[in-house]
Amino acid sequence: MGRITLEKVQKKFGEVEVIPPLDLTIEDGEFVVFVGPSGCGKSTLLRLIAGLEDVSGGEIRIDGAPATNLPPAKRGLAMVFQSYALYPHMSVRKNIAFPLKMANMPLEEQEKRIETAAKALNLTDYLDRRPGQLSGGQRQRVAIGRAIVREPSAFLFDEPLSNLDAALRVGMRLEISELHKKLATTMIYVTHDQVEAMTMADKIVVLRAGHIEQVGTPLELYHTPRNLFVAGFIGSPKMNLISGAPAAKHDATHIGIRPEHMDVVESGGTFVGKIGVAEHLGSDTFFHVHLDEMDEPMTVRAYGEVGLRYGDTIHLVPQADKIHRFDEQGLRIE
Amino acid sequence: MARAISPRKKIMWTALAWGFGLLIFFPILWTFLTSFKAESVAISDPPVWFFFDWTTQNYSDVLARSNYPLALMNSIIIAVGSTILGIIIAVPAAWAMAFVPGKRTKDVLLWMLSTKMLPAVGVLYPLVLIAKYFGVMDSRMLLVVVLMLINLPIIVWMLYTYFREIPGEILEAARMDGAGLKSEILYVLTPMALPGIASTILLNVILAWNEAFWTILLTTVDAAPLTKFIASFSAPEGLFYAKLSAASIMAIAPILIMGWFSQKQLVRGLTFGAVK
Repeated sequence: MGRITLEKVQKKFGEVEVIPPLDLTIEDGEFVVFVGPSGCGKSTLLRLIAGLEDVSGGEIRIDGAPATNLPPAKRGLAMVFQSYALYPHMSVRKNIAFPLKMANMPLEEQEKRIETAAKALNLTDYLDRRPGQLSGGQRQRVAIGRAIVREPSAFLFDEPLSNLDAALRVGMRLEISELHKKLATTMIYVTHDQVEAMTMADKIVVLRAGHIEQVGTPLELYHTPRNLFVAGFIGSPKMNLISGAPAAKHDATHIGIRPEHMDVVESGGTFVGKIGVAEHLGSDTFFHVHLDEMDEPMTVRAYGEVGLRYGDTIHLVPQADKIHRFDEQGLRIE
Repeated sequence: MARAISPRKKIMWTALAWGFGLLIFFPILWTFLTSFKAESVAISDPPVWFFFDWTTQNYSDVLARSNYPLALMNSIIIAVGSTILGIIIAVPAAWAMAFVPGKRTKDVLLWMLSTKMLPAVGVLYPLVLIAKYFGVMDSRMLLVVVLMLINLPIIVWMLYTYFREIPGEILEAARMDGAGLKSEILYVLTPMALPGIASTILLNVILAWNEAFWTILLTTVDAAPLTKFIASFSAPEGLFYAKLSAASIMAIAPILIMGWFSQKQLVRGLTFGAVK
């Protein structure tokens, strides 16, 4: 079981309020991702749940039992850190065994669990090595192994893939997702990478300056962002946000159109501009188009190969039902 | 790094370095030579260097006149005891200051160090009174406690610097893995800081071994360590250079040998974290 509830949880560092009182419920077995730009308080929120930081106010419950004043060791949660935080003086086997040793588990049971975890994570051949002799990906696997052996009620991941190179990151992302499907244990995952959030999460919590901007499934956030911040943060490449006259035509202060919801036409486009950079990926082509009515270039995603290049004039028509409208406060208009 | 150095320059610098090294070593060499001379040769002018009648008479005289084994045992107990006691107190203190620093942690550290600048004689009188009140003058226990207190700031400072090198996330990982404070310090912090702790112990044993002010003033016979043993040969009726030298060599030999063997560890510990 691993149902975690936060009630009016607040965190201050001295006079500075990094997290204003917030409420959040994480259901048992859910994969929840905290996402937001750096400094938005997502890591602090995770550390509050872990017990590595003390809350300044409010209540944390794990499976209904109050956990606000429990030390980290007593919360039954496991954590994977960005820096792996392996014990450098212990072998991989001892690293993985450490939480079991702390729980005074009988040695045979320890051995059995280590074997199982090592097999699942492809670490069997490395059990007697020190962390210093492993690659980044292997170290992160050891960190995950150390987390899973004690069968915690929830896993906490603090940007676990940030130190890995791009190719490895995609692989580990899949491994973690698969692990979640297999274990069906609650996972809370912190990242600044919205692609990780979109691909892994059951539920995404978008944070800005300690506030929860929106909570929802990846597709809810994609289709109905509640405000301009979420609209701009979720989706890659970023949503084009336009204000002024083009927005007024739709009875809104701002409108947002995702790059993939913009059609390229021969002539008579709603927007007409000159192509700045054209990125040809084969499967898609991204155009960065300079428009008179916008300061920033508009990004357009065209499927397949399109024979336009730098300096060409391009005509664009947004898909009418895919236009997001926002009022002067930046809130969504339905 | 490859750099062109002319052979002449190399010879010059080597000679200079050796000359400087010998200059520092000279007093110990002279003491060593004197300890094998007869008293009359020891004070002869001009001094005699190597060609005299070598004698071990001074050593047998010193052994006969005083209780060397007792002094040696006292020195060992005081130096090792005060170091162990200091480490036991300093590890948690340095842990707290390195990993959960408060607003005043820096001030506390500096204040602790500032006590080392206080003239020791300033607290002599109150300390003697306290020791007398508890009836612990001339006891090993008193010296263990006093020397521990004298060197505690240095132990805490050294451990603090070593602990600072250890990433806090690793200790947090231990907490998440279910380790309480005791397990965290015992299984994670201490093994990781072992090179640093080892050199702190070594340095502190040397400091405590060489401590002369308190050991001479707070002891008479029973707890008198080797420092007092040397001092007892500079008697008011006149100095006996040769016997004094023999006593000195006997007093410094154990720590010299220890230093020789632990040199590598000491240098490693003192430069720990300097190059990463």
